[in-house]
Amino acid sequence: MSHYNEMFEGDAVRDPYARLSQWVATMPDDFRQMKQAEAEELFRRIGITFAVYGEGGDPDRLIPFDMMPRVFEQAEWRKLERGIKQRARALNAFLRDVYGRGEIIRAGRIPARLVYQNEAYEKAVVGVVPPRGVYSHIIGVDLVRTGKDEFYVLEDNCRTPSGVSYMLENREIMMRMFPQLFRHNRIEPVDQYPALLRRTLESVAPPKCTDRPTCVILTPGHFNSAYYEHSFLANLMGVELVEGQDLFVDGEFVYMRTTTGPRRVDVIYRRIDDPFLDPLCFRPDSMLGIPGLMDVYRSGGVSICSAPGAGVADDKAIYTFVPEMVRFYLGEEPILNNVQTWTLWKDDDYRYVMENLPDLVVKEVHGSGGYGMLVGPKSTKEEIEHFRRKIEANPSNYIAQPTLSLSTCPTFVEEGIAPRHVDLRPYCLCGDRIELVPGGLTRVALREGSLVVNSSQGGGVKDTWVLSE
Amino acid sequence: MKLRISHETTYRYDRPIRNLIQSLRLTPSIYEGQKVLQWQIDLPGGVRGPGFRDGAGDWIEGWTLRGPTDEVTVRIEGRIDTRDTAGVLRGHREMIHPLAYMRETQVTRADPGLRELAASVTQQGDVLNLAHALSRAVSEAITFRPGVTESRTTAAEALALGEGVCQDHTHALIAVARTRDIPARYVSGYLHSTIDGEPHDAAHAWAELHVEGLGWVGFDAANSCCPDERYVRLGSGLNASDAAPIRGIATGGGAEDLDVRVQVEEMAQ
Repeated sequence: MSHYNEMFEGDAVRDPYARLSQWVATMPDDFRQMKQAEAEELFRRIGITFAVYGEGGDPDRLIPFDMMPRVFEQAEWRKLERGIKQRARALNAFLRDVYGRGEIIRAGRIPARLVYQNEAYEKAVVGVVPPRGVYSHIIGVDLVRTGKDEFYVLEDNCRTPSGVSYMLENREIMMRMFPQLFRHNRIEPVDQYPALLRRTLESVAPPKCTDRPTCVILTPGHFNSAYYEHSFLANLMGVELVEGQDLFVDGEFVYMRTTTGPRRVDVIYRRIDDPFLDPLCFRPDSMLGIPGLMDVYRSGGVSICSAPGAGVADDKAIYTFVPEMVRFYLGEEPILNNVQTWTLWKDDDYRYVMENLPDLVVKEVHGSGGYGMLVGPKSTKEEIEHFRRKIEANPSNYIAQPTLSLSTCPTFVEEGIAPRHVDLRPYCLCGDRIELVPGGLTRVALREGSLVVNSSQGGGVKDTWVLSE
Repeated sequence: MKLRISHETTYRYDRPIRNLIQSLRLTPSIYEGQKVLQWQIDLPGGVRGPGFRDGAGDWIEGWTLRGPTDEVTVRIEGRIDTRDTAGVLRGHREMIHPLAYMRETQVTRADPGLRELAASVTQQGDVLNLAHALSRAVSEAITFRPGVTESRTTAAEALALGEGVCQDHTHALIAVARTRDIPARYVSGYLHSTIDGEPHDAAHAWAELHVEGLGWVGFDAANSCCPDERYVRLGSGLNASDAAPIRGIATGGGAEDLDVRVQVEEMAQ
């Protein structure tokens, strides 16, 4: 399989990488090694680490940072940006709809069962319309590239996508280590993200809020794998980082305990999952949430970002219908393509997938983080047969996709520089406006030939550049 | 039937509590079968928080109370005019799609025993007939007997015991109904008296099954009947805890002792 190389076309360097190629070509080996060590030291000093579930080992291990940036031209980015914004509008329209009249289901465009019997569908918020009708305020859209103008959306993350702290840190560290690169290349900044995020959160303050809204980030605590990111963002936004026990409900509002007494909270950017938000509404045994929060939310006393129930839009089974949502709600043709997806609860799809397992990627409907998936072409016969038995036991738990020929970017490796597969996660902010900072987080599969970019599976990260006009 | 309801729930704590927060589903539903004449919720010493009607049509009201106190009482006084709609929840405004009630919960999970019970019903005809037959099957499989089950008993456990109270009948009926692809839910409310006129513990629960064309229809497997004018409907959920009239959490306080008194009397004309 030949892969689209984002830097080279044969031996020729593509335009966006022209200056970088000189930089790489003239970089002595020992200088590169010194800089790589320096980068790791910086990451460690800043404290950015990412614990990985299910791997054992060092929970504070670093995600490998690759110094070779990934570059987009302005025009390439503009198209991606339009496509992502379109998708974000459609996803929020879908959420408004399925917690309201369900027109898309009445119209027969999406099966009722997939929505209403979905684990992430929260009947407790049916009929509740959050401020500005926005349910998902931060959408991480995972994209892969297969050609010059070919991009595919792998999945949408409508709940609490993580990783944006890496986007910010990667840039910060590149600028510190290679300031001259940023003088010679005109690169769109990303450091406005925290201010944009705060503005987004403030723009969805609840109807009962009359002053400048007080926003907080709600974290499950320091044992959570993304705790670093929670505190990092709180710090950069200038808002409090709180745990459930720091908040309480009194009368019609939510308050935060402070040294100067209780302070009303208007917008909660929560990084805990729905079932744990409020023991009086969801799981009665949850200690992470705030008792009574959902009653305040449902009566317009506080905003929760993302809104409870938003997860129904980013389920892997619902994913196959996003292009349909774009057409149904916006009357537009999708700018970004979905990957062809076979849903194993359909008989025809099931037969096709079972006959072609060695060529396909199979994923769990509710899985994430690269766990519980089969990459057919990269698996042994035994692995494929083992997975086949798992599918047979519960077909409706799986979807399958063709193995995409992911693009590669030059990446520093032991032997020098070599192509490695990459994806891209831009972060789309939805409030009174829909905004993105240029670029996003590029993840790179550091193992040669690997197509899995998840940090839990040997993935690394890169700084992502969008060149100015 | 004009009913007078008085419902008092008292919590006593062996150490004073610091704070209490509750979410109450204690206001009668609005539908053709009942009309509220007067209704009052009181939690002496507490502050009434947000109140709203949720997507299931239930009126929910939050209350908070600051301690220290070692006793809290939730008091309901009300009068209501009911009439028999043959169990059909006609004229009830709600927005939740029936399929959202196909979700399994831990207490309503169908084990092999419940699946066998569901399969044993070979009723011919439409969904309504099947629903009646399933309710009868649950009535026969679980004998009403207080004291053998507790609040956390699952439908599967109650069926294995063959005995239980209205909560167990309801969980079991929900489980078998879902097994037969009928959306089903838990309803909490009050009951004036049982069918033979014997006095009854007046806090009650039954199931509603969704029948295409009719909507939600109540089935009281514990009493082998459908709800009529002796029933007062408060709210619904996936199971007893989801539909609980009172959900609350106290901080501090240690052990808790609960005392519930419910009276449902017919008013003199």
